[in-house]
Amino acid sequence: MIKRSLLLAAAAAGAMWTTGALAQANEQFIPALVYRTGPYAPNGIPFANGFADYLNLVNNRDGGINGVKITFEECETGYATDRGVECYERLKGKGPTGAAAFSPLSTGITFALIEKAPTDKIPIITMGYGRSETVDGAVFPWIFPYLGTYWDAADILVKYITEKSGGSLKGKKVALVYHDSPFGKEPIPVLQALSKNLGFEFEALPVTHPGVEQKATWLKVRQSRPDYVLMWGWGVMNSTAIKEAAAVNYPRDKIFGVWWSGAEPDVRPAEGGAKGYSAAALQHGAGTYNVHADIVKHVYDKGQGAGKKDEVGEVLYNRGMVNAMLTVEGIRAAQGKYGKKPLTGEQVRWGLENLAITNDQLKQLGMEGLMRPLQVSCQDHAGAHFGRVQQWDGKNWAFVSDYIQADQGLLGPMIKAAAQKYAEEKKITPGCLQGP
Amino acid sequence: MFYREAGQFKTSYAADQAIFPIAQDRWFVWGVLALAAIAVPMVASEYLYRAILIPFLILSLAAIGLNILVGYCGQISLGSGAFMAVGAYAAYNFAIRVPELNLLVVFLLSGGVAALVGVLFGIPSLRIKGFYLAVATLAAQFFIDWLFIRVKWFTNYTSSGSVNAPKIEMLGFAFDTPTKLYLLTLAIVALGALVAKNLTRARIGRSWMAIRDMDIAAEIIGIRPLVAKLSAFAVSSFFCGVAGALWAFIHLGSWEPAAFDINRSFTLLFMVIIGGLGSILGCFLGAAFILIVPLALNQLPALMGMPISTALAAHLEAMIFGALIVFFLIVEPHGLARLWSIAKEKLRIWPFPH
Repeated sequence: MIKRSLLLAAAAAGAMWTTGALAQANEQFIPALVYRTGPYAPNGIPFANGFADYLNLVNNRDGGINGVKITFEECETGYATDRGVECYERLKGKGPTGAAAFSPLSTGITFALIEKAPTDKIPIITMGYGRSETVDGAVFPWIFPYLGTYWDAADILVKYITEKSGGSLKGKKVALVYHDSPFGKEPIPVLQALSKNLGFEFEALPVTHPGVEQKATWLKVRQSRPDYVLMWGWGVMNSTAIKEAAAVNYPRDKIFGVWWSGAEPDVRPAEGGAKGYSAAALQHGAGTYNVHADIVKHVYDKGQGAGKKDEVGEVLYNRGMVNAMLTVEGIRAAQGKYGKKPLTGEQVRWGLENLAITNDQLKQLGMEGLMRPLQVSCQDHAGAHFGRVQQWDGKNWAFVSDYIQADQGLLGPMIKAAAQKYAEEKKITPGCLQGP
Repeated sequence: MFYREAGQFKTSYAADQAIFPIAQDRWFVWGVLALAAIAVPMVASEYLYRAILIPFLILSLAAIGLNILVGYCGQISLGSGAFMAVGAYAAYNFAIRVPELNLLVVFLLSGGVAALVGVLFGIPSLRIKGFYLAVATLAAQFFIDWLFIRVKWFTNYTSSGSVNAPKIEMLGFAFDTPTKLYLLTLAIVALGALVAKNLTRARIGRSWMAIRDMDIAAEIIGIRPLVAKLSAFAVSSFFCGVAGALWAFIHLGSWEPAAFDINRSFTLLFMVIIGGLGSILGCFLGAAFILIVPLALNQLPALMGMPISTALAAHLEAMIFGALIVFFLIVEPHGLARLWSIAKEKLRIWPFPH
């Protein structure tokens, strides 16, 4: 058996070597970990399409990043951590300079890659997910939870429901229905702290992976009748939860999902039952802007679109697109320092840490109105902590709030403490990395 | 012609009872070991280590554990993933709470803890058999999953329930490169396989097989079912526990209970069935088949230069892999190890078959 695996390995290594030799061109490799199959595929597919389309757009419209062509390759993880790690190992060395940055799109894979990134010197972008204390760039120099973390999301949602119930949550009851995994458990410490500060009663109700069995959870909701239900779900769990809520007749306009529970595939299967359901938005929502027109013109009209043309502009499509944009802009920022050539992961890390996107730049990118500017630094790897709340009206997602900023006075010390604990466990001396 | 024992005379009981009585087999095994320990580190890439060789070796060890229980003692278990989890979390707790301990001691202790838990969940096997026992071990799987998700002490009160392994260091020597980690894993797994092989050839292994073949007859000839069954559960869980600790510390680095869910138990059971029940070699063959074939199938289209979509490649992988499982089970229901021994039989009389 060892012989067989050796042969396979030799074949694989040979193939890798030849492609490596061919790719000595002016190319930057960006890996894409995707899941187009499995229980989370309905949400994974639009994200992967948005990511791929944006990279193709940069190549077709601008000829790459300052003339450096982007190459990318997808690897199917099926949302499974072990396959994700395998994909990471498979893709990290591709291209002339190796992978620029990974976006794992799974909290489980993120946790595993956090351990690997410092030795491999490849940055990990976990836009709106992952481990909340990675905001602290002094302890986690390689991890970039752009646009905010689950702790931000929890605070934003609680701020919104506080405002909704007249400025105080005192004596109210808030339940959290969550995916029983690190993803779903992330907001719990913040919600516990908030329940102490604001005087509401907090109850956590787990749902086991993948979330198609929720009868017991929602019967519990019906029993205890919380004033609000927060939901941390993903994939098939979201649509099931909304259907179950309708079945026990819990008012949908009292349910608030995280930004991974607020896309079209989450509400469409519940049909009329989803009307009134709200979810946080990771800055952007659905909708098309100038950049989408460019994507249709430069990618779809040339027959290179990853998905269907009428799905361009869906919530998760836009999220994949923004994720790709931030990766590309990070590389562009790094090119400003290291020159317009293919860059290593270490150089890209500097760019990602010093990334600043202003309103003017958003306008140039065709994303004005889609999102806010952001400014990343070593102290704040998220770059922005804003979210909006959107509501499903039966046909479309519509914003029902303005931008809400998460309270860094509350979260900052929690992040520091959690990062400190991690640093002690792993014997890391915190410190900001300068360039390579 | 090349593979026959003519002229190899055994002059002592030790020679007669050797694991590999035929000299060619001995050379072959030494050759494979030398290949794995010397040749592989000279050519292997990091991908090969991290994505294929290390997980393959660790899962082989877990499959050996399960095979002792299912293949040698005939007790069907669906809880091997849970025993791996016990090993992983025991190792984590030993490592962070008693940081002075040498990691090898930690791995051994975690195997010991898994063995204790295994014995506990093996007690029902004294009363129930077959499918009913499988369901009882399923209870172990769900209970242990639940335990590590709910009881915060085991995960040192991390907010997300995901824990990180400390750095792999022994006596000041850091295992920081994939090559070193691979050699460490290889040493542990090779030693484990040797111990398992000898256990199955010894008195204890023979009592397991007697219980497997007919428990009433075994009892009549003086084998105590209590001792035989519970020792099989203990040894099996020990191997699974050590494999779980290695899986968590060396392969994953950071994990949550989902890494050891029911799917892990099923995968291990498939490895044992496809590799060959009651065969140590079969564990390695089964692990290689279940782990490596899907990865190869997944990458094949890209390697051959066929531009097919990621989703299609993933679906094709599942379909072809499923068909291969059915094919092998029809061709040889006794597993890949049996195919290997048939090949050896044929080789013995080659080129002049009767």
